[in-house]
Amino acid sequence: MTEYPSNNGYLSGSTLEKVLRAGHFAVTGELGPPQSADPDVIKEKAALLQSYIDAVNITDNQTAIVRMSSIGAGTIVVQEGLEPVIQMTCRDRNRLAIQSDLLGAYALGMRNLLCLTGDHQTFGNHPDAKNVFDIDSVQLVSLVSAMRDECIFQCGDKFKGIEPRFFVGAAAAPFADPIDFRPYRLAKKVKAGADFIQTQLVYDIPAFERYMEKVRDLGLHKQTYILAGVGPLKSPGMARYMKNNVPGILVPDEIIKRMTDAGSSWAGKSKDELTKEDKKARASAWKETGIQICIDLIQQLRNIEGVSGVHIMAIEWEEAVKPIVEGAGLYPRPVVEQPAAVT
Amino acid sequence: MIVAEQKPLNEQKTLIGGADNVLVVGCGTCVTVCFAGGSREAAITSASLRMATKLDGNGRNVSDVTVQRQCEWEYLDQIADQVKETDIVLSLGCGIGVQAIAEHFPDTWVVPGLNTTFLGLPSEQGVWTERCAACGDCVLGLTGGICPIARCSKSLLNGPCGGSEDGHCEIDPDTDCAWQLIYDRLNSKNKLDLLLELQPPKDWRTSRDGGPRKIIREDLRLVPEEE
Repeated sequence: MTEYPSNNGYLSGSTLEKVLRAGHFAVTGELGPPQSADPDVIKEKAALLQSYIDAVNITDNQTAIVRMSSIGAGTIVVQEGLEPVIQMTCRDRNRLAIQSDLLGAYALGMRNLLCLTGDHQTFGNHPDAKNVFDIDSVQLVSLVSAMRDECIFQCGDKFKGIEPRFFVGAAAAPFADPIDFRPYRLAKKVKAGADFIQTQLVYDIPAFERYMEKVRDLGLHKQTYILAGVGPLKSPGMARYMKNNVPGILVPDEIIKRMTDAGSSWAGKSKDELTKEDKKARASAWKETGIQICIDLIQQLRNIEGVSGVHIMAIEWEEAVKPIVEGAGLYPRPVVEQPAAVT
Repeated sequence: MIVAEQKPLNEQKTLIGGADNVLVVGCGTCVTVCFAGGSREAAITSASLRMATKLDGNGRNVSDVTVQRQCEWEYLDQIADQVKETDIVLSLGCGIGVQAIAEHFPDTWVVPGLNTTFLGLPSEQGVWTERCAACGDCVLGLTGGICPIARCSKSLLNGPCGGSEDGHCEIDPDTDCAWQLIYDRLNSKNKLDLLLELQPPKDWRTSRDGGPRKIIREDLRLVPEEE
């Protein structure tokens, strides 16, 4: 087995791992690759996030819509000097493809991995596709942990040479049904080897506190780093949509009211009466409040024992990350020793 | 049982093409019970095709017959004469029945009148739902008799995913979340500890992924006597 003296006992030596291990409150973000082969889109988004977050998740055909691959976009992100968290779903690849892609991703400099089952293809732009689901997210966590820690492929064969040393993450949906089982499902992911967890969007702090209480009872917060998911709301409509249509997301009425109140100056006018300038001003007022709500949520989440950081999901609104991180007092980001390059 | 549904009449008409003599063959087992291809449906299909082709100005001779099981040679032998006389067979059996006819009567062109949909049961009058994926390595002992392979949209072994809401699957409000059903069942039997075990990746070799499957029971085979 190749020795990595520079890893100093780190699992992967990634910036994200180092930030968390040093006890800093971590900040991750999200970058959705384009539905094209344009590298500049990735570079522009990376520039907006650069220095405000510790690492950025690169989504893997999110909502089952074809986009540039997570590993392809991640390579560009690495070149831009930002650290990616590669998302890998089980929807589009069997265990052979997953393992070979992960070997390639590591060789290209990727160090963090988020293991997901993946949205069903029904939601995307190829609903007539055949899905794979050869393995599930829990099994994927075990698989990549074993590749790193035991140098074995899923079949049990040992391999020689450089092993892919990923900082292995998994997702948690604290408010999805059956809600009583959710802390135990998290326990399964931790048992499988998840080094860090990123949760679904949290807007309902009391509900999340109840979840975290059970997580602490199970001792999971001491075995993994939990990053709570947050995301700025763009409009009251978006808040209502998430409350009513997205499984596993709770949006309290109080937050919907704050968003609605932000647009109260324009509330009396019908759609036709609003000028272009009115709409622009209202959108801007909503966004400002959305960002402020996000900052408030982060400050409350920081006080919950066992929360090691936040994962800011501002897809297609990367500009929001800077004011959120600054507003939450999380800027500048801690400086840790850069991960060693593969030689 | 094997559950199937009829193809639209227009598609059946296209499938019989220019044949003058058509034999609609029903099956008396699974597809009878799911009202897709029994003797009643064979008679209706036969009459519908007669009428439809007549309306098109090119009426065909369509007759029908139903066998007990299209998937067994001995029952197919009983219709050998009728099959010989026809130009084409429109099978109202499942996909197995269609193939059995093609294999047993190689001189006759056979086309499917049904779409074979799944292995399931009538969950209520007029409603059939899938229950088994025939994966070849039954996991029902771990999941309280509810199959995650056939009934979870993602065939998860360590479910539920984050798309479970109010008992239904995120892909469709009319689809039960299999893992909610499993959770409730194990909870009611005080067996939730079964869900805490990490289930390893499944060996899909026993499923279709291992190639076409075959079972050989030497104890049941008829071995030619040694001379």
